[in-house]
Amino acid sequence: MDFIGAYSLDNLAFLMQGFYMTLKVAVVSIILSFIIGGILGTIRFTRVPAISQIVVAIVETIRNLPLLLIILFTYLALPEIGINLGNTVSAIIALVVFESSMIAEIVRGGLDSVEKGQIEAARSSGLTYLQALRTIILPQALKRMVPNLVSQFISLLKDTSLAVVISLPELLHHAKIIQAQNTQYVIPIFILIALIYFAVNYVLSLIAKRLELKQT
Amino acid sequence: MLDFSILIDYSDMLWDGFKVTIVASLIALVASFIIGTVVAVMRITPIAPLRWVGTAYVEFFRNIPLVVIAFFFFIGTPAIGIRFSGITAGTIALSIYTSAFIAEAVRSGILSIPKGQMEAARSSGLNYMQTMRMIILPQAIKIVIPPIGNQFINLVKNSSILALISGADLMYQADLISAKTFIVFDVYILVALLYLIITIPLSVGLRYIESRLANTY
Repeated sequence: MDFIGAYSLDNLAFLMQGFYMTLKVAVVSIILSFIIGGILGTIRFTRVPAISQIVVAIVETIRNLPLLLIILFTYLALPEIGINLGNTVSAIIALVVFESSMIAEIVRGGLDSVEKGQIEAARSSGLTYLQALRTIILPQALKRMVPNLVSQFISLLKDTSLAVVISLPELLHHAKIIQAQNTQYVIPIFILIALIYFAVNYVLSLIAKRLELKQT
Repeated sequence: MLDFSILIDYSDMLWDGFKVTIVASLIALVASFIIGTVVAVMRITPIAPLRWVGTAYVEFFRNIPLVVIAFFFFIGTPAIGIRFSGITAGTIALSIYTSAFIAEAVRSGILSIPKGQMEAARSSGLNYMQTMRMIILPQAIKIVIPPIGNQFINLVKNSSILALISGADLMYQADLISAKTFIVFDVYILVALLYLIITIPLSVGLRYIESRLANTY
């Protein structure tokens, strides 16, 4: 094992480049997933006839599939029907499709956790259903969802590593390139990238825990 | 649009992959349950060093990607002379990764048992390990079933990472078949359906068990 050679400045810079890609893909994906997941979760909560059932079917199907399959499908199968996305966009779309169905469930759970009396009270004081949802229910539900949403972001950060399968130049992909140069680098590089993932996600998990304690 | 007829020739490969996916998930479930329970007990013992090790284990493996663990056992350990097949490396990685989540589930299950149980058992002459094994754990198991069921569904989905280390699972066979036949779209749709055949009944069954357990309290 050659720690000094593996941790040369060039290699560290190359890994940081990969990590920057990981963060970029994760942040873009989580923002889009929040928006789409929020809409899907709200539709599921409101029980609009027909539309809600369709949303349930889509969300449940995607939640029960491996993310790796969705990534490969987006990158390899869609070109067959004329949709060529490239690896960055494919990775982001696959992550958004998967994570937004996870977030939809978190949002629905959050909305469900607000007592029914709240919406009844709001309605009887003259607000429409949508007004009650937006001004009374959502703000309370959002607060309860935050810890779960942070945990979901941790999952997403870890999940970006699956995009190594479509050669997205993220942290794990760059790590593999360095490891291929010299077998002496393999273990030192594994240790380093594990620590990078750990450091970021552990800090996020501490934030999630603190937010949870604040509420109880 | 979808045409699965050509894929009938490859049904043996798909079936082999299907079996590997199920067997790897089941082995990893049993292994991660055992490791997870041990780690959970370590995390709540009165012995501080054991607690630290348990906490470090859970926090470390929960916060790094599963693929990194899988690659470590497939391309990392050969660098120090330890070789595993793709299936073995993948199953080890799945077990370690999942055990961190199961440890958390088991720990909160144990903590939800009223303290009086432990005190009553201890004062009737059982030692700490006996109390754990005969009084606390059997009660905790019931509370822990739903989260562990969830982890099993995750395991089935996560076992697809075997494909990245030539683990001959369902996802891997799908890759092979699409490379041979140049049919990608239909193969992936079929494989998605095969995954759903495993995961949807598990989800539905789990929800049923959850509602049954909720009614008992």
